[in-house]
Amino acid sequence: MIADSLRSRVFASATLLFFAGAFAGCGGGSHSNAINTISTSGTNVQPITVNAGPANDYANGVFTSVIVCVPSSSNCQTIDGILVDTGSFGLRLLSSAGGGALTLSLPQQTVSGSPVGECAPFVSGFTWGPVQSADVKMAGEVASGVPVQIIDPTFAAVPSNCSSGGVPESDTLQTLGANGILGVGPFAQDCGGACAQTGSGNPGLYYQCSSTSCSVIAESLTQQVQNPVALFATDNNGVIIELPSVSSPAPSLSGSMVFGIGTESNNALGSATVYPLDANGEFSTSFKGQSYPAFVDSGSNGLFFLDATNTGLTVCANNNGFYCPGSQTNLSATTDSGSASANVTFTIANADTLFANPSAFVFNSLGGPNPGTFDWGLPFFFGRNVFNAIEGKGTTAGAGPFWAY
Amino acid sequence: MLLAAACLSVAASPAFAALGGDVATVQDDQAHINATRRVSQSNGYAVHELHSPSGSIVREFVSSSGKVFAIAWQAPSLPDLRQLLGPYFDEFQKAAAQSQRARRAPLFVEHSGLVVQVGGHMRSFTGRAYLPDQLPSGTRMEDIR
Repeated sequence: MIADSLRSRVFASATLLFFAGAFAGCGGGSHSNAINTISTSGTNVQPITVNAGPANDYANGVFTSVIVCVPSSSNCQTIDGILVDTGSFGLRLLSSAGGGALTLSLPQQTVSGSPVGECAPFVSGFTWGPVQSADVKMAGEVASGVPVQIIDPTFAAVPSNCSSGGVPESDTLQTLGANGILGVGPFAQDCGGACAQTGSGNPGLYYQCSSTSCSVIAESLTQQVQNPVALFATDNNGVIIELPSVSSPAPSLSGSMVFGIGTESNNALGSATVYPLDANGEFSTSFKGQSYPAFVDSGSNGLFFLDATNTGLTVCANNNGFYCPGSQTNLSATTDSGSASANVTFTIANADTLFANPSAFVFNSLGGPNPGTFDWGLPFFFGRNVFNAIEGKGTTAGAGPFWAY
Repeated sequence: MLLAAACLSVAASPAFAALGGDVATVQDDQAHINATRRVSQSNGYAVHELHSPSGSIVREFVSSSGKVFAIAWQAPSLPDLRQLLGPYFDEFQKAAAQSQRARRAPLFVEHSGLVVQVGGHMRSFTGRAYLPDQLPSGTRMEDIR
């Protein structure tokens, strides 16, 4: 699996991280390449970097830093190596107990005097730990009193209906590959109305934990772990992820996360096409005449779509989660929502070959299978400014949720 | 394609099993997630579609000999695979744990006797599990969803 191929690079990559800085400083204002313009200054501009991350082994992970504070205080900590994820919602911080950077003690959310914990589902592994409250600061933006999840393996024992999803627990720096996850996708809460219900309609993300066990609770929308962007005082209707194009595997790639859509001089939609999303936060993608559900996810390592039969791409013998075509393959698909439509061209290279380069952590042509679905992962963002509007928030192109690019 | 459809009521006590089990285990799954059920016939097998109050949809594919050979889901959270995979859960969980390391991507377990594919994103998860050596001949994999 990729696990082993990446593990071998851990030490080789340590010195390469110093080169990352050389790509970062491009002066004030903005710069553009042939395709997209990257904002580099402004109170709503947060630097982001694709690199190996804090565990020195991440392929196609885009990271940023976040300042968290005890609410309404100057007791704060800056935490680097936070994965920027448009496929999830809310801030999750890996505790020092799990090998993460967080050492600041934050106030615990309680119900009837007992701590509230969360089992947050991710395809690659669930995160488990207490729900706490923080002021969250990025660039010049502040979100006050935000419910966040602390990923903490020393919190109460994992409830059986959390582990029964079968995916692994991501509660260490090695398994998470990051000091936290910043979910800035198109929803305001990580669960929504379903978790606010009592009874069998509740999917069971939130728990009340006694000293001996945890049981599922109904968690109101405002108490759920929140997308911090939606709680900013200004520029709170979405984000733009801006990353330059990259033509070959690279150690690092720098760009910006711009807060707000059409709220400042640097975040206008311009000529971007707007794709409204369905209730699942998805749109569609057509490939060779067939339409499939699709989503845009900066937190996915690659372009994950369909299978060997649909695509003609060979799946890697060792890394069965990736494609290994005999030669680099150019493909095209059409992203659609209602009357909005655009052709997207992309390239898939042999993942085994890509991973054999110990100094590379940025891969524009990394892809893998995902039967029946298109997951437009991080390579989709290279050379394309992607607007991500939050549900219910007004913009110059109407209310979210939508993507635009 | 849909030759017969009927709504059946919940009538079973909770128990494990489903994948690899007989058709009665579908009722156990139905009770476990408090779902309604609709059954249709397709291409030589039956599809039992379970809709739960949480918004999850689970489809169980039952061969003409009465065995569950595949399960597919679409759900707001990860489904209870301990229930749905039954005796195959431990094999899946063990293999899934080994596939992980700083990898955020669809999760695949592909063994000769068991395939599990988990995808999607927060608030919308999809996936399927099947027994490759028990697929009825002529099964189209794109229909297992």
